[in-house]
Amino acid sequence: MLVFILRRLAQAVIVMLTVAFIAFMLFQYVGDPVTNLLGQDATQEQREALRKDLGLDAPFPVQFARFIGNAVQGEFGLSLRQGRKVSSLFVERFPATLELSMVAGLIALGVGIPLGVYAALRRGKASSQALMMLSLLGVSLPTFLIGILLILVFAVWLKWLPSFGRGDVVSFGTWTTGLLTVDGLRHVLLPAITLSVFQLTLIMRLVRSEMLEVLRTDYIKFARARGLSNNAVYFGHALKNTLVPVITITGLQLGSLIAFAIITETVFQWPGMGLLFIQAVQFADIPVMAAYLCLISFIFVTINLLVDLLYFAVDPRLRVEGKVH
Amino acid sequence: MSTPLLEVRHLRVEFPTRRGTLLALDDISFDIAPGEILGVVGESGAGKSLTGAAIIGLLDPPGRIASGEILLEGKRIDNLPYEQMRKIRGRQIGAIFQDPLTSLNPLYTVGRQLTETITTHLSLSEAQARKRAIELLQETGIPAAEQRIDQYPHQFSGGMRQRVVIALALAASPKLIVADEPTTALDVSIQAQIISLLKRICKEQGAAVMLVTHDMGVIAETCDRVAVMYAGRIAEIGPVAEVIHRPAHPYTAGLMGSIPAMDEDRERLLQIDGAMPRLNAIPAGCAYNPRCPKVFERCRVERPVLEPVASTSAACWLHAVQKEVV
Amino acid sequence: MASTTSALTRFLDGDVWHSFKESKVAMMAAVIAFICIFCALFADVVAPHNPFDLASLELMDARLPPAWMAEGSSKYLLGTDDQGRDILSALMYGARISLFVGLASVLLSMVIGVGLGLLAGFVGGKIDAFIMRICDVMLSFPSILVALLIDGVGRAMFPNAHDALAFMVLILAISLTGWVQYARTVRGSTMVERNKEYVQAARVIGVKSSRIMWRHVLPNVLGPVMVLATIQVASAIITEATLSFLGVGVPPTSPSLGTLIRVGNDFLFSGEWWITIWPGLMLVLIALSVNLLGDWLRDALNPRLR
Repeated sequence: MLVFILRRLAQAVIVMLTVAFIAFMLFQYVGDPVTNLLGQDATQEQREALRKDLGLDAPFPVQFARFIGNAVQGEFGLSLRQGRKVSSLFVERFPATLELSMVAGLIALGVGIPLGVYAALRRGKASSQALMMLSLLGVSLPTFLIGILLILVFAVWLKWLPSFGRGDVVSFGTWTTGLLTVDGLRHVLLPAITLSVFQLTLIMRLVRSEMLEVLRTDYIKFARARGLSNNAVYFGHALKNTLVPVITITGLQLGSLIAFAIITETVFQWPGMGLLFIQAVQFADIPVMAAYLCLISFIFVTINLLVDLLYFAVDPRLRVEGKVH
Repeated sequence: MSTPLLEVRHLRVEFPTRRGTLLALDDISFDIAPGEILGVVGESGAGKSLTGAAIIGLLDPPGRIASGEILLEGKRIDNLPYEQMRKIRGRQIGAIFQDPLTSLNPLYTVGRQLTETITTHLSLSEAQARKRAIELLQETGIPAAEQRIDQYPHQFSGGMRQRVVIALALAASPKLIVADEPTTALDVSIQAQIISLLKRICKEQGAAVMLVTHDMGVIAETCDRVAVMYAGRIAEIGPVAEVIHRPAHPYTAGLMGSIPAMDEDRERLLQIDGAMPRLNAIPAGCAYNPRCPKVFERCRVERPVLEPVASTSAACWLHAVQKEVV
Repeated sequence: MASTTSALTRFLDGDVWHSFKESKVAMMAAVIAFICIFCALFADVVAPHNPFDLASLELMDARLPPAWMAEGSSKYLLGTDDQGRDILSALMYGARISLFVGLASVLLSMVIGVGLGLLAGFVGGKIDAFIMRICDVMLSFPSILVALLIDGVGRAMFPNAHDALAFMVLILAISLTGWVQYARTVRGSTMVERNKEYVQAARVIGVKSSRIMWRHVLPNVLGPVMVLATIQVASAIITEATLSFLGVGVPPTSPSLGTLIRVGNDFLFSGEWWITIWPGLMLVLIALSVNLLGDWLRDALNPRLR
């Protein structure tokens, strides 16, 4: 098992290095690296000084190494658009995105899994088929459209919920949270639902199809042949076996929630990293783009690793060291 | 004669498909006496496993019982609602399936699966159930049962797994065991062990067994009576020795003839020409008639029914003719 | 010719066609998809107005609601936007752009994916391992991010690009998000076929590998590839719409449905919902019908479910 962990760590490092490489290429060759680091308002002298300082005539590997060194410390220079340090921008924005993603993830899991189980158990009945229809709709609705529709209904027509921003937030040092105020909760509701729909649909379909597979297995048949009750068969055996593969896929989805937040944050003007990234793309703000890339891949790689470890904890077949006899 | 434990009367199982309804079991009738071991033998697709599935009420949809009756100790069980049938499963009728690897849930320990079954049917506490589980494992010949009870299925070898399966099937001491090809997925060397275990433990508990297999050798070793199935029908049924040595149905004779004997010199293996018909192409009259070496006109027209012939019963016009002649 | 007609007869007799006839949902989806595609393709002819002809626009007709509402006019069935453009016509032209980008991306995805999959499966060894690594890395990134990145980089590299280039970058961006699935599926099937005896026999005779792959392996993977393609058309269209909505998709001179939705979004709060909702509905309709078809196709081709 230790070997496995080490191997996965090595893979993770390779992925991170590749991404860092791409980010580095962006930094160096798309646009001007000096501008990237100093911002657009630097004087000629500052540029010359930095150029010498950076040793832009230094060989490629050295520059790359320096970039990595900086990146690891979170140093990505100044945002071209805003002139502020990229790292401080991110620190400001990260809590908003994280909260949004967490709430959306909880909704997706909390609603998706039960619906998926229901659709599997009631297969063929009208209610289950209606659910599958709805799920197809969920996959066919782009996230931004869901946001627009929700805004139209709940903010414009019914005027029940706010349609942009984060509302009142409470600060703990550098961290800000909107979940501790009623106003904050009202603000997070529509964006979180919007963000969760796509994942919810995927989870529901996944749980349903996994469960249907499991219900076809011999051990379920044998469980029934032993006279176990429906509850024991469905929720004791089938559910547990269903959730094991679902866990991995869901874990990976959580990472993509953070990325999909880009869209939701744009629709709701939610002050998170996603909105920052979009503005960077529109403006060709390379430092921010590069930093976002590195951060996101780090998050992804970490989540992948955690999910792999989780698999170990859950599936006994992976744990065994002893002989079979 | 005492009441048979299990009676199957004129059972018909059909599969409605897009291309029409397929009759998979056509008028099957047989009895099993308490404590008896009945073998059910036949080629793949003859309907052996379906019979077992119908008896325990676990036919895969869209398969369903079209007509006929199944009685357990004189009471009908084929028309029971699911919940009542569930109580019978495991407690009165146990089942063993072919592949021990896929029969056990890989995520639960063997002990958990055993105690769950025990507490479902018998009102024992967790501790008592665990004790009984250990006893069951010991009875089925698993060494170091107290430690192994907490192991997972993948930590057992194939033969050991099947022993666990047998323990699970017998956990609530059922009166009838439906064993569907219990040794087919095991090494030949293990097969004999498992079969003798099954035989011993069933005799000890007084359980009857319906042993479905395609292996005549197993039948010869283990069973009291045997039913030979062909194309969803019973061709012949009778005491093992009689059916093997004095088969009344040409199909049974063909089966026996195709088993190579140790003491004979042969250049080619004997086989029956042709193949068993598919369910949607069963010939009129006797299903075996296209391949039968003794076929005559009546066979192609009228379907034969099971009639007593000497000490067995066979569905063959040969004997009806002979009886009439006599 | 004979082989085509016999192939056609076989198709009509087969399970797939039968399953199609039986499924009302699939037929309805096909009809809807057909109508949408027809309108999009022949927008020049079918659309009641030309929203790009600046001369034909009447500012007096701006911001009219749909025809059945109080101030609507039957001239503009679904209403008009802030410049007097007919929404219905804009829909059709927009759909054309959306479909074009969607289909082109899927085609490119298929070519890249199937090609790499065949290569990886047939050649094996280091090339296979390398391609699979790339697949793994790409799979762990959400498609929208990949698309945004490529688009963003394209913008930075060609800040004054003309439309055609912008389209190419967009199509490339979207197609790079979808090729991995094809590659994996095709690779799996190729590996299975590669080990079959007829392939080894062909190699012994001296038939070129590429010919083997083309003639023998490819037909076998066509089924799952078609299912993937159908499902991916919907997701490609949605990705394009998302990118255009975010302002980084199609150039503003060729508005797709996503662009229309973005433009209309500004008018939501003043109550003129139709400017954004109709394009949205059209988008959903197309995506939904294509998804339905893809779902049905997958079930029809899956032998286990029959």
